[in-house]
Amino acid sequence: MSTTLAGREAEPAAETSPPPPLERAAHGDRVFRGLLTLGALAVPVLLAFLVYELWTGSALAMARFGFGFLTSSTWDPVAEEFGAAPLVFGTLLSSFIALLIAVPLSLGVAIYLSEFAPKAIRQPIAFLIGLLAAIPSVVYGLWGIFVLIPLLRTTLFPFLRDTLGFLPLFQGPIYGPSMLAAGIILAIMVMPYVMSVSREVLLAVPDTQREAALALGATRWEAVITAVVPYARSGIIGAVILGLGRALGETMAVTMLIGNRHEVAASLFAPGYTMAAAIANEFSEAVGDLHLSALAYVAFLLFLVTVAVNALARLLIWRVARGSGAGSRAL
Amino acid sequence: MTGRTLRRAVSNLMVGLMVLAVVAALVPLFFILADLVIRGAGSLSLDFFTRTPAPAGESGGGVAHAIVGTLLIVGMASLMGLPVGIAAGIYCAEFPGSRLTWATRFVADVMNGTPSIVVGVFAWAWIVATQKHFSALAGSAALAMLMIPMVLRTTEEMIKLVPNSLREAALALGYPRWRTSLSIVLRTTLPGIVTGALLAVARIAGETAPLLFTALGSQYLTFDLNQPMAALPLTVFTYATGPYEEWHRNAWAAALVLILVVLVLSVGARLAIRRRFTLNG
Repeated sequence: MSTTLAGREAEPAAETSPPPPLERAAHGDRVFRGLLTLGALAVPVLLAFLVYELWTGSALAMARFGFGFLTSSTWDPVAEEFGAAPLVFGTLLSSFIALLIAVPLSLGVAIYLSEFAPKAIRQPIAFLIGLLAAIPSVVYGLWGIFVLIPLLRTTLFPFLRDTLGFLPLFQGPIYGPSMLAAGIILAIMVMPYVMSVSREVLLAVPDTQREAALALGATRWEAVITAVVPYARSGIIGAVILGLGRALGETMAVTMLIGNRHEVAASLFAPGYTMAAAIANEFSEAVGDLHLSALAYVAFLLFLVTVAVNALARLLIWRVARGSGAGSRAL
Repeated sequence: MTGRTLRRAVSNLMVGLMVLAVVAALVPLFFILADLVIRGAGSLSLDFFTRTPAPAGESGGGVAHAIVGTLLIVGMASLMGLPVGIAAGIYCAEFPGSRLTWATRFVADVMNGTPSIVVGVFAWAWIVATQKHFSALAGSAALAMLMIPMVLRTTEEMIKLVPNSLREAALALGYPRWRTSLSIVLRTTLPGIVTGALLAVARIAGETAPLLFTALGSQYLTFDLNQPMAALPLTVFTYATGPYEEWHRNAWAAALVLILVVLVLSVGARLAIRRRFTLNG
């Protein structure tokens, strides 16, 4: 193998007398490194290409609407007037609801698994919750349409309206597909990510932290809350922000549950829209150049936001779990 | 003394709440899997796997077109994405000091967090808009782009697990660096890299968003990668949001097939990784 590889590269004169071994090895090394470099170069080149395509694709809408795109709430493909305010609002609100539900749950699970659970059940539970991350988004959407929404419409939504109905958040007619339904499905989908990263961060906390607190007479819970969690704080915040990044970009399940209406509504029972859902629904049916460009603009904004959110999350996680590779694993 | 009891009680209460959180986290998983089996298994039949859809509203027919489509689209994506991802991963592990390694790793992290729908828009602008028609190939390109950062990371981490002494032994025996990398380091980590690749395949097999306006979906069985093509996730989406009772039944069955494929791939890969790299160190 070495002779064929090196021979192909060698001068014709070298056919009769093969080059010395060291030189042959150097040839092989160069070819090998060259091939790998191509692969490694492809990654940044692809991303640069992606940014370029999104930029040129949205140029038309950017020139026409500028930053007013973010504040206008008309979305009228016929009149060619586009404003993304309801989309941005829906994206932020649904993700916020998701985190509100998912963060306490996943932190509870993560702390339990890293500090309290019997050794024998730690791995199996983490594994099962990890399975939630393996379920495709479209399956969550299907389950949401036919199981979750009917369930919410008859139980949780009327309950919320009866008990908290004095808040504008829980007023108005109950359709089913709604901001709250989308937030709940997002919470289930984001939870495994927040859980697994914060668990890795907690596992990276040195045992001396726990031992010091316990030696001072703290109960096990006090040790966790006074010595372990504060040590891991920035990593846990990183895990939450990583979950936020996931929630912001999640598409299919949200598209199927949020009701898809370009509106800013106060009630969580009302349908809404997100940036990703608008792209999913309208892109293949968009006719005008400006409509397409407006959707590409939405995609570009979504990309910028998720990049910023993810970069921040990695930075925070890296500060706690330096070198442990926490959070960068592909789950 | 009472203060001590109170603090004990608080501690136990918090542990109890955390156990509740574990239960609450596992309930959706069991519900989803159980609903898929209950509602989907009834519609599985030989016809379901071997026939293409019946006309809208009529009963019968299957999703053979979508199964073939998923195999072709995912297969093509793997052919494009795996070599690039693995090569980049080897580069990052073998030349850790290089500036390109730093850039590639950083970009891979950025790409890992990029929503798949954005990658779909990119594939649309790059391939569909220039070719002026939807094609399965554009879908494969989008999926390949999603695979690269995942494969890169697993490959890199697997290679880093190889002890340096193994490398040094090969070099001391006079192996050139490239042969050390290929026949010593890569041979040792091959099972790990393969499982990483399987995990990535499992992840993209269920992706819908990047296919919406690239592969688009189709009602017919086709093998032509240059044409619009159906895929299981797309079929689940179309059928679930459609008006017909029969479609809904088929959506559940297609989702059951999809999740079986995804779970077998990803659970198998995870178990293999665990056995090899956690228990044996």
